[in-house]
Formats: sequence, C-alpha cells, structure tokens
Amino acid sequence: MELLCPAGSLPALKTAIDNGADAVYIGLKDDTNARHFAGLNFNEKRLFEASDYVHRKGKKLHIAINTFAHPDNFSRWQNAVDMAANIGADALILADLAILDYAAEKYPDIERHVSVQASSTNIESIKFYHNNFKPHRIVLPRVLSIHQVKQLAQVSPIPLEVFAFGSLCIMAEGRCYLSSYLTGESPNTVGACSPAKFVRWEETERGLESRLNNVLIDCHKKGENAGYPTLCKGRYFVENTLYHPIEEPTSLNTIELLPDLFSANIASVKIEGRQRSPAYVEQVTRVWRQAIDRYLMNPHAYQAEKQWMDILGSVSEGSQTTLGAYHRKWQ
Amino acid sequence: MKYALGPILYYWPKIETEKFYHAAMQSEADIIYMGETVCTKRREMKVADWIALAKEVSNSGKQVILSTLALLEAASEINEMRQLVNNGEFLIEANDLAAINLAQEHRLPFVAGPAINCYNALTLKLLQKQGMIRWCMPVELSRDWLLNVLHQFESLKIQRQFEIEVFSYGYLPLAYSARCFTARSEDRPKDKCETCCIKYPTGREVFSQEQQKVFVLNGIQTQSGYCYNLGNNLKDMQGLVDIVRLSPQGIETLAMLQQFKANETGQVPIKIISKHDCNGYWNGIAGLELTK
Repeated sequence: MELLCPAGSLPALKTAIDNGADAVYIGLKDDTNARHFAGLNFNEKRLFEASDYVHRKGKKLHIAINTFAHPDNFSRWQNAVDMAANIGADALILADLAILDYAAEKYPDIERHVSVQASSTNIESIKFYHNNFKPHRIVLPRVLSIHQVKQLAQVSPIPLEVFAFGSLCIMAEGRCYLSSYLTGESPNTVGACSPAKFVRWEETERGLESRLNNVLIDCHKKGENAGYPTLCKGRYFVENTLYHPIEEPTSLNTIELLPDLFSANIASVKIEGRQRSPAYVEQVTRVWRQAIDRYLMNPHAYQAEKQWMDILGSVSEGSQTTLGAYHRKWQ
Repeated sequence: MKYALGPILYYWPKIETEKFYHAAMQSEADIIYMGETVCTKRREMKVADWIALAKEVSNSGKQVILSTLALLEAASEINEMRQLVNNGEFLIEANDLAAINLAQEHRLPFVAGPAINCYNALTLKLLQKQGMIRWCMPVELSRDWLLNVLHQFESLKIQRQFEIEVFSYGYLPLAYSARCFTARSEDRPKDKCETCCIKYPTGREVFSQEQQKVFVLNGIQTQSGYCYNLGNNLKDMQGLVDIVRLSPQGIETLAMLQQFKANETGQVPIKIISKHDCNGYWNGIAGLELTK
C-alpha cells in the first residue's frame, strides 16, 4: 500500500519524502488544480526541483491537474499536462474527461489517476473511465462506507485510492457548487472552495464573526475555537435550532481502519492538505508511515496507538477527527 | 424555445406526485422529466410506477424523459438504474457517468443532466460521440461560459448535434453528500431516517445567524437558499438555448411556466424579489446575487 502525501511547496515535498512518503502529489501554480491558493504550488523551475528530489530518493511524483478546463482557455490545461509529462511525473491526477482523453492519447505511458473531483463512486462509473481512458487508478470520493469501499474494490477493474486523513469534504467532490453559490468561485471552476479573498473576520458585540462574501458563516463566543469559515462547516439555524446542519469543523482520520483498507486491497492511502505547512506534512507522514509499517510487521496485532491519535488530533480542523462516511453512523 | 419541467427533487407522497403530473399534462410544458434523482430510499414511486406514469404523461403528447440518480453508492442502486435505462421506450437523463455507461452499453441516446461535469466543448464532443443528444449545463455556469463553449465548438470545427438546456427556475441543486441532512436535522441516523424528508415537500430552510436564507436541505442534496429565476433573462437566451427548465416546487410552478412563456421576449417581466430570488450564475457572478 502506497502512502501518498501532499505538498504545496518544495520544503513540504522534501519533508514528506524524508518522513516516509512513497509518493507525493503536487499542483502547478495556476487554476488547473483544486488547491489554487496564493503562495502555494509549483512553477516550472520548482517542478523540476521537485521531480529531481523525489526521483533521486526512488519515490513517485503525482501531479494534480484536476479542475475542469475552461472553454476559452483550454490550452492551459493541455499545457499543464505537457509540462507535467516533460518534468517526468509518474502520475497525472485528472478530472476533466477531455483532459483524460488528451493525456491518454498523447502520453499513454504516464499513469492516469481519476481525481476525486471526477466523483466516481460506483462500478458503472469506473467502467466508463476504464472503457474510455484506461486509467491506472481511481481516487474515491469521501462518500462511501468502508463496507461499500470493500465491495467496490472486489469488482473494480482499476486499483482504488482512498482518502485516509485530513480536512473532510462533506460533499461528493466535484459535485459541490456551494462555494460558487456564495462567492462565484468553486473548486470545479477556480480550484478553490470558500476562497480566502472572500473571508472576513470581525470582532463584534455578538462575538468573533466569520463571513464569506459577506454571508455570516459563524459567530464564535469568547474561548470558542474559531476555524476557517468553510461554508459547509458554518453554524446556521434550521427552524429554531442553531447547530452545524452540514458538518462540524473536523478532520477525517481512518488510521484505525487500516486493516480494513489493507484487506480491501486499496492501492494507496492519500493524506489531504497541500495547503498545510511542512510541519503538518511531517507529523502526519511520520505517523502514517509508522502505522503502515506496524501493520505490515504484524497485521493481527495492529492497533491504532493513542499517541498517533493525539498527534493527528492536534493537527486536525477543530482539533477533532471522525471516520466520516466510512462509518455508517456518520452518514 | 421549448419548456421543460425538471424532475421533482423533493419527496412527495405518491398521490401528490400523480396529481402534479396530471396537472402538468394539461400545462404548456413541452418536455417532462420524471424520476428520483436524489435518494433511493424514497419508495413512494417505484421504478414500475414511474414507467407507468411516464406512459400516461407521454400519451398526452409531452416528451417524457426518465431522470436518474446523481449519487450512486450501492450495487442495488446500479440495478435499479439498469431497469430505468432498459425501459425500452423513454429517453433517460444521466446524472452520473454510470447511467452514461449503461446507455452506451445498450447503444441508447441520453440527456446529460446538470449533475454531469461538462465544462468545455471537447468534453461535450466526447459525450456526443457516446450518444448525448441534449445537454443541461451545470447550474454554476453562466451565459458567457455557454457562449465560450459554443465558440470553442466553432473554432475546433466540431459539429454540434445536441440541444442545449438551461436550469432556469427553482432551488438550485448545489451538492450531494453521503450524509442525509434532513435526517440529521431531526437528529436521526440515515439508516433510521424513516424517510422523514416526506414531511418537507420543498425541503428544510437553513438560515444564517442574521436570518439570511442560505441553503435548503433536501435529503442528501443541498440546494440554494434563494430561488433561481431566469424568467427575465429569456431574451438573452434566444438563439442560444433550446430548452428552458423549470424545477417543480409544487403545482404553482405550472403557473410560473406560463409567466415564463409570456415573457419570452421581455414583454411581461416577472416579479423577482431580492433576498428571495436569484440569477447570479447566469450573469457570471455569485449564484445568490440578483441582477435586475
């Protein structure tokens, strides 16, 4: 099982490799990837350095080109694929059907991974990709229960990758326009959810208010943990009850499901967080490396250690973690 | 310009669904989509019921399309979709690539619904090759985006052989999740939801702490808080859009359809209200905005 770690910068990439990642995924410095944030990602020069470092260490580099290509600037997505191919990417993470087609035609020897943003959740959808673009891997959206993941793995003609840890997207990825509804910009079109430029914090009589494009997402009382105002994690009213109607600020943590993921023959476990610091990448990579190695050494004795849970909890959104959709009860 | 009624996105008792379609048969709609697109636990209408109702509506002279589920997770859901695709009579609207794969397997034409991610001409070309005969564009796209797609067709010299449909009225389907938000709002686990969404025929409203209506919860689907209304934008659709879709909120949507038709050239503007209606997406800005 591959441990696939995120990197938004060269230091984060080196940290991931040095702490035991088998592969790292990164994006270019534009809107061709779903973490298009200021100060993040790789220009061409950094891309060469990244590729060089990863390959010198005998590891793999995946490049995410996983937003949907704009009709008036289609070549930007094609160029991104060309650039990734030229610097020696081992895998391209793609969501747009036309870009998958382009990559399959032009670079048949570079692995194509169907991005989580492509929202492929079932066997017929996987067959669609298989029949049309012969991809090498499907990254599953965070909507399936562990039972459903296992069943799908048994019948899928393509190896599966799952999200193992990190910020929890509540919706089927690639099928969520909540962000563009409030701001005009969405992961699919711009490569960002609840973009930072629309965020405003304000201390008022009611408390610390967080807004997204002027819509009040939450209001935190003194002493309350105030997280980034991702719109699906806001506190709103349904009738007279104020709560988190969609989800609380929390992160996904599946480290206790590792034996299930192994038995389902999952090809890769992915850590979310290209927007996070090298310190985050270091801690999370190290814990997951230990967990995978521990399992491989003695599968029957495997147990998630408290220390791992504490470290992962401390770098989580809202300092809490969940099994998310993997656990039926969450749904 | 033709007018379509989209599938009912909410969970209504069978009798209400039938009542709606019996009224729709007498309406000015040219095309009627029907079927469950949100949650397979909604069993008031089973596959056979939808097909029987489709036949009845079709006999009234409307084009009937069977809409299919957007988020499929279980093998049983695929089996049900297979039955819908193989109905032998009606076109289907695909809202997931699973439906497209099944349609292609049987060499059947299909409509690509708004939950299929098509953002450019080359993706549309691929789907056209697979049998797509109509495209209802993703709700977040604008008129300018649509124009750019058509320019791309021209510049690549690709022949377009499908119709263009735009979601133009109703609460926008914005997101799908594994979690049922209606069940959560009643503090029920999804496995014991008792299909409580049937109590909310237009979903559950979500308000910010300043009483701004932000979203509507509809089972595993999250909708816009404001009602999308392009009734005053129909003039800019001339020559660009073939089909205008209205999403049923209730029987009164049929009256809205009449208003749309009457205002096709902008002669009888529709009353739209700020903080209640929106048209931002079509105008290339945040979906919840309203441009008059």
